[in-house]
Amino acid sequence: MKGIYMLTIRVVGSGCPRCQELEKMCFNTAAELNLDADIQKITDINKFADLGIMFTPGLIINDKVFCSGKLPTPHTLKNWMLMNNK
Amino acid sequence: MIEWKAEYKKLLWLLGFFLFAYYMPIGKERFDNAVYESLSLVKWYAQEHVILCLVPAFFIAGAISVFVSQASVIKYFGASAKKWLSYSVASVSGTILAVCSCTVLPLFSGIHKRGAGLGPAIAFLYSGPAINVLAIILTARILGAELGIARVVGAVTFSVLIGLIMHFIYRKEEQKKVESQLAMPEPDGARPLWQTVFYMFTMIAILVFANWGKPDSNEGFWFILYSYKWWITAIFGILFAVSIVMILKVKILYVVISSIIVLVISLIFAGNPIIPFAASFVLLSVIISFAKGEPQEWMSSTWGFTKQIMPLLGAGVLVAGFLLGSPGGGEGIIPNKWVETLVGGNSLFANLFASVFGAFMYFATLTEVPILQGLLNSGMGKGPALALLLAGPALSLPNMLVIRSVIGTQKTIVYVSLVVVMSTIAGLIFGSLF
Repeated sequence: MKGIYMLTIRVVGSGCPRCQELEKMCFNTAAELNLDADIQKITDINKFADLGIMFTPGLIINDKVFCSGKLPTPHTLKNWMLMNNK
Repeated sequence: MIEWKAEYKKLLWLLGFFLFAYYMPIGKERFDNAVYESLSLVKWYAQEHVILCLVPAFFIAGAISVFVSQASVIKYFGASAKKWLSYSVASVSGTILAVCSCTVLPLFSGIHKRGAGLGPAIAFLYSGPAINVLAIILTARILGAELGIARVVGAVTFSVLIGLIMHFIYRKEEQKKVESQLAMPEPDGARPLWQTVFYMFTMIAILVFANWGKPDSNEGFWFILYSYKWWITAIFGILFAVSIVMILKVKILYVVISSIIVLVISLIFAGNPIIPFAASFVLLSVIISFAKGEPQEWMSSTWGFTKQIMPLLGAGVLVAGFLLGSPGGGEGIIPNKWVETLVGGNSLFANLFASVFGAFMYFATLTEVPILQGLLNSGMGKGPALALLLAGPALSLPNMLVIRSVIGTQKTIVYVSLVVVMSTIAGLIFGSLF
């Protein structure tokens, strides 16, 4: 599977409202920018620490933690996606 | 193609509602009274608690999540942190970390697996939900200062005790654990501590003085404080306005204009301080939602909490009023006699029942407060009330399942039993004192 997508986005969260919002934001932004992104949701809290996320919602783009504990603004999220889509 | 599985669920809901409507016992005195009580409890909350207590509390919670650096707290949970420091920080950090209960479980798992270990993780898991800032404010305001203080003191002491006991029981396992470091989040922002403290202090002072209760006697220091409470609140309001200009760098012009508007409103409605109080929060929201950067983040997280908690709390109040009646009012659908038999007085059974019930029952954020208030009105003793408060929010059946997935069945059972036993004991002690 790997290699098909330029972007691997992982939304880390156990199902709280903000985590769901972040997931939705990722889908919307990817669609808006017309990016081929593989968006996954990680809900098993035992994996959070291994991924380096202490506060949810966490956002991991291509294995790098971009944000944890808060929602990025739509503008920031857009920039992060564009930056990593090379 | 219709997904029948999803449709069945909807059908069941509809059918349930239909059956309820079909057999609704309208006209039966008990049912009609319960509906009346339910609505009057909602009205009482709306009149007494929303503007003066909940709104400022949401702003404070929002400010904490934006301005207090969470990363600076997390470093005390690292594997290399001193143990006594880990325990003490874990037992009190719920105030600033656990504003939303959904952050508690991931952090618990993180501290346990990568950080300071089982003891501090358990301490945090237990105290976090009980001492978050919204829970403290609401408990003290609605259930009385004694229960509010007892809840905080109980939660903090118990968390350390339970953490230490768990660590002692499983000390061998703990030593074997691989030393792996917790990935520390970078501390962000470099605001001097005194600024954050000053700013939080003015907000908390506004909340406290606006809600200052009338003392029993009509003289003495407390009464003077009460009769001038709006002046004191106003002084802190001015300090707060200064602090958002100096510390948050909100444009001074906007703050001055809003202050003048509030002043005019308070002159017009001189007899009713709640109106200028409400107006100042409306203006504050407008100002900070249009300012770039931190102030806007503050507003958005305040709004986030409000959105998340208000509907739950509203539903909780409706249900609590329906089931248990309102203060000073009549009975709800559950007869007071039942409540009195089960959790009245301060017997061992009443306390034990309250803590076991609290441990398994799921309380949505803050709804434990109206439910407990209803129970107290229907004859619950103060001891069992504390037992329920100490065992309730920290545990529920769904959250036990998550805890089990992190630390295993055996440790979960030990943890739950410890919580139940200690809550029962605390209830017995508290009930015999008050």
